[in-house]
Amino acid sequence: MNRLFSGDYPRSPVLSAALLLIFLGLALGPFLFDGIRTFSMLGMMCVFIIVVASYDLMLGYTHVVSFAHTMFFGIGAYGIAIASDHYGNGYGALLIGIVGALVASLLLSLLLGLLSLRVKAIFFALVTLAVAFAFLSLVTQLYNVTGGEDGLAVRSPRELGPAFRPFDFKLPGFNLFGFIAAVLSSPGEIGKAFDEALFSVRLSGRHLTYYIAFATMIAVFIFLLRMVNSPFGRVLQAIRENEFRAQALGYRTVLYRTAVVVVSALLATVAGVLFALLNRYVNPENTLNFELMIFILLMCVIGGMGTLYGAVIGTVLFLLAQNYLQDLLKQLDALVPADTLIAELINPDRWLLWFGLLFILSVYFFPSGIVGQLRIWSAKRSSAQG
Amino acid sequence: MSETLLSLDQVCADIDQYHILHGVDLVVPKGELTMLLGRNGAGKSTTLRTIMGLTTVTGGDIRFHDQSITGQSTPRIVRRGIAFVPENMGIFSLLTVRENMILAAVSGAMDPARLDWIVDLFPPLKRFWDKPAGNLSGGQKQMLAIARAIIEPRELLLIDEPTKGLAPAIIDDLADAFEQLKSQQVTILLVEQNFNFSRRLGQSAAVMNDGRVVWSGSMATLAHDDDLQHQLLGLGMGEHQ
Repeated sequence: MNRLFSGDYPRSPVLSAALLLIFLGLALGPFLFDGIRTFSMLGMMCVFIIVVASYDLMLGYTHVVSFAHTMFFGIGAYGIAIASDHYGNGYGALLIGIVGALVASLLLSLLLGLLSLRVKAIFFALVTLAVAFAFLSLVTQLYNVTGGEDGLAVRSPRELGPAFRPFDFKLPGFNLFGFIAAVLSSPGEIGKAFDEALFSVRLSGRHLTYYIAFATMIAVFIFLLRMVNSPFGRVLQAIRENEFRAQALGYRTVLYRTAVVVVSALLATVAGVLFALLNRYVNPENTLNFELMIFILLMCVIGGMGTLYGAVIGTVLFLLAQNYLQDLLKQLDALVPADTLIAELINPDRWLLWFGLLFILSVYFFPSGIVGQLRIWSAKRSSAQG
Repeated sequence: MSETLLSLDQVCADIDQYHILHGVDLVVPKGELTMLLGRNGAGKSTTLRTIMGLTTVTGGDIRFHDQSITGQSTPRIVRRGIAFVPENMGIFSLLTVRENMILAAVSGAMDPARLDWIVDLFPPLKRFWDKPAGNLSGGQKQMLAIARAIIEPRELLLIDEPTKGLAPAIIDDLADAFEQLKSQQVTILLVEQNFNFSRRLGQSAAVMNDGRVVWSGSMATLAHDDDLQHQLLGLGMGEHQ
């Protein structure tokens, strides 16, 4: 266990419990949550945990601010889409897409790192911003290759598509959220709620794709945990704290920072590949948009920078809020008399207002992120007891 | 006469648009502890940073083992065997004492025998081994900074104001540690403002003023010449006590 976590444990009982719940939720997700919308959200959680954790490697562990992370994510997604568009839906096309995207990201990130990391942090951030915008314009204008604003449909191998049914039998599923909601609304009818919560799952290529994304996310997370707790990671943390001191010890900090940008870019590309396979459609808005970059930054900050567990917590909370806040407001709106100020405020159409407010409050009350705050509370409790 | 380990010949250096060093001539004999003294703003810290390649040299030559290291990158200079302890205890406060030490062992794993020797030299480090270095007191942080510099055998240690802001008792402990390093023939170039500390430890000395070395010789000569001290450092008898 120590080896698996590289000695870097959550260090808070609440955080450990939350992480365990998230792990179980994602591992058993297709059998616990009914409906295509939830299933898609679970897939996006796996994808964005990789994106946010790899971004945290740069921002949280090395203090390198980059706005080009979505560009590498987009390269992964478009790599698959363009390869399938040109070479069909075979595994060969998939392989060409993955390798092509990884090579493109490797070269671009290496160039970006070596050319720009010698300058001050703010200039590096501006360079990445300019490059990301240029890439977005390029993708939008190269209509023949990228499909422009319309994007491209992704044709994945048959075994990864919804039509593929590996088995004839169905597996049992239990709609956990539906059951809890039914019990809360009618506490006396638990038996009926239980029966209604049961559903069957017929495995398809979509499930296979989901579990590939899940397994990749776990592997990437363990890899990153190992990396940040290795001698390499220690140098990164030294650079984060004081680059001059790290240099004075004899470390070529530019090389370390470049290596981080490259690793981070490659992992974002892998996440982009998974996104394309899960979403089966890519366009500039869902892969390269600047708004997406801000969302990644928010997930990172809310969870807690400089801790990989923060990437998990931040991503899950953000995607839950993004997907279900409007539904929650709908439920609340039904309970409030119409044409009142409160009704106006909690109108489901205003969900973005509450979404923003929630994140302002979380940053205000948890300046070191949720994980950072949970660890502080846990340490305080331990010292008070000990 | 000892062999020269490091020499600076008419070294000039700028920081941004300011000319800080205006032709520094300095010789550091091998196996000796050389004090670099001078008033605030004389250019002592910049001299150390320039030797380490952290400030751009605009003229002159820096030679180590009679080979020019002028304009070389800091990592390359470190690999030649020069360690630097910057001013204000250049430690990594978020990392543990152990992690700070591991980081300083640039060429590989720490040598256990050498680590034992260092821990004997600075006992508080053992007590706080797995604690964040930020929790250490000022003196302990300075001990850690010096311990880091000597975790691997170095040919030359450049140390910038190790006693700055420390209590007298801690300064005595540090001086004892430096005495031990001296007895091991470690070559040290030490920037210092505390004249008593310098007098106790220094073998040779150089005094800087306005970006130049204006006097160099044996520490004993400077320590016994009140007029010279007053002229070079502005010290009265009060500062000697």
